[in-house]
Amino acid sequence: MAKIIVVTSGKGGVGKTTTSAAIGVGLAQAGHRTVVVDFDVGLRNLDLIMGVERRVVYDFVNVINNEATLHQALIRDKRVDNLSILAASQTRDKDALTDEGVERVLTELSKDFDYVICDSPAGIERGALMAMYFADEAIVVTNPEVSSVRDSDRILGILSSKTRRAANGQPKVREHLLLTRYSPERVRRGEMLSVDDVKEILAIELLGVIPESQSVLNASNAGIPVILDEESDAGQAYRDAVARLLGEQRPHRFLEPEKKGFLGRLFGS
Amino acid sequence: MMTLTILRLMHSSVELLAREVDRRVKEAPGLFKQLPVIVDVSEVAGTDLHADLPGFVELLRTRGLVPIGIRGGDSRFREAAFTAGLSVFSNKHLPDAGDGEREAERESAARSSAESAKRSAPAEAEPRRERAALDEPAPAAGSLTVTQPVRSGQQIYARGTDLVILAAVSPGAEVLADGHVHVYGALNGRALAGVRGNTNARIFCKSFRAELVSIAGIYGLSEQFDASLAGLPAQVSLQGDTLRIERL
Repeated sequence: MAKIIVVTSGKGGVGKTTTSAAIGVGLAQAGHRTVVVDFDVGLRNLDLIMGVERRVVYDFVNVINNEATLHQALIRDKRVDNLSILAASQTRDKDALTDEGVERVLTELSKDFDYVICDSPAGIERGALMAMYFADEAIVVTNPEVSSVRDSDRILGILSSKTRRAANGQPKVREHLLLTRYSPERVRRGEMLSVDDVKEILAIELLGVIPESQSVLNASNAGIPVILDEESDAGQAYRDAVARLLGEQRPHRFLEPEKKGFLGRLFGS
Repeated sequence: MMTLTILRLMHSSVELLAREVDRRVKEAPGLFKQLPVIVDVSEVAGTDLHADLPGFVELLRTRGLVPIGIRGGDSRFREAAFTAGLSVFSNKHLPDAGDGEREAERESAARSSAESAKRSAPAEAEPRRERAALDEPAPAAGSLTVTQPVRSGQQIYARGTDLVILAAVSPGAEVLADGHVHVYGALNGRALAGVRGNTNARIFCKSFRAELVSIAGIYGLSEQFDASLAGLPAQVSLQGDTLRIERL
């Protein structure tokens, strides 16, 4: 039976899809059969970030409507073994995600995979609710600023009341906080909330802190999940996060401003 | 035994009543959702409100309340109730209230009349005072205890009792109780104690950063609070008609 993990945030543009792709790749590289499902029907992005947009023939909605089999719609990643992608439809809207349809597809995926990663759309409407409903665990992606933290707080409230686990009275969805676009330098200048501030407000376990990095943007544009960029700090931070998700203990990195060398101090701002 | 909420009409103007109901419902939307109410018309029995009764009942329904019957009034009102699909309760038919509740009812009736007398003054005179139009049921024993954080957008109401929260209340969250509200964490959202008119109710918290506090309908906003109390343990009580917020 697979573990279903939703990647959610409430607010848009905080890095949900980047995170879904990175976590999916990381889990697959660790040897787990993993599928990443795009719930953002109408605004699909996951296929772009993962560099498979030209290979989408059938999508999630086709499977829900029985217009294609799951086998036909799943796209196998060419770089990483054990990794598949189920793209969203670009021509439909979120109403196409029916309760029964989503449940059937997720149940079927659960038979063939160890991890099902649900990439949630922004907002708290149908798409987001369907993405989280069947989740066993949730990765709440948050930027270190007030409105993102507020939205994450709202999402955590919904996770505790509007999921299958809540409805069935099962143990609650396990919540992880992933802080993205973190800039220690801006925290030091008081322009951003610190890790501790966010942890205090949201009061959930910290899965990782991803530093703000040009490499994330480059990776998205190139369609290569940033976790595959071993050189970049963001890639390494995602790797740490995946290890923690799998139960490993690792210290958090990239929380302090980079020490500037002598010349940097001389000429830097 | 079950408790029913009684909506006692103090005025015969449907317009005024509608405004009052709207204000109440807006203050605590979750509280009134599908709340069964009995409309008590004894105070307005001498007026022609019976003609507007079906309309008023419909208005209550559109606001999410569930009117089930009327109490008081003469045959005109009983007929109007019948047309509106409501039953007619006599005082004897009410759920078996203990003596305590009867006492409370009389007390609040007296207060309501006093309030209605004040009402004849211009409405602006006391904009922050709520009218005690709803009778409070006898408080139930015990309390409602919450161990999880109350998140933004969530609303928790302890009906007829105290509310004890062992975690933080986030900005944008709302906690309500008919009795006291205790927050053994940071209070960053809205807290309302004594929502059905208990003026002795209080709010206690470990770290005071509330957006709004209210006791028995008298409320204060964060911009009115003494900034030096922010983040400190505090309690909120009602003294006469003013909120008193002090360090614990």
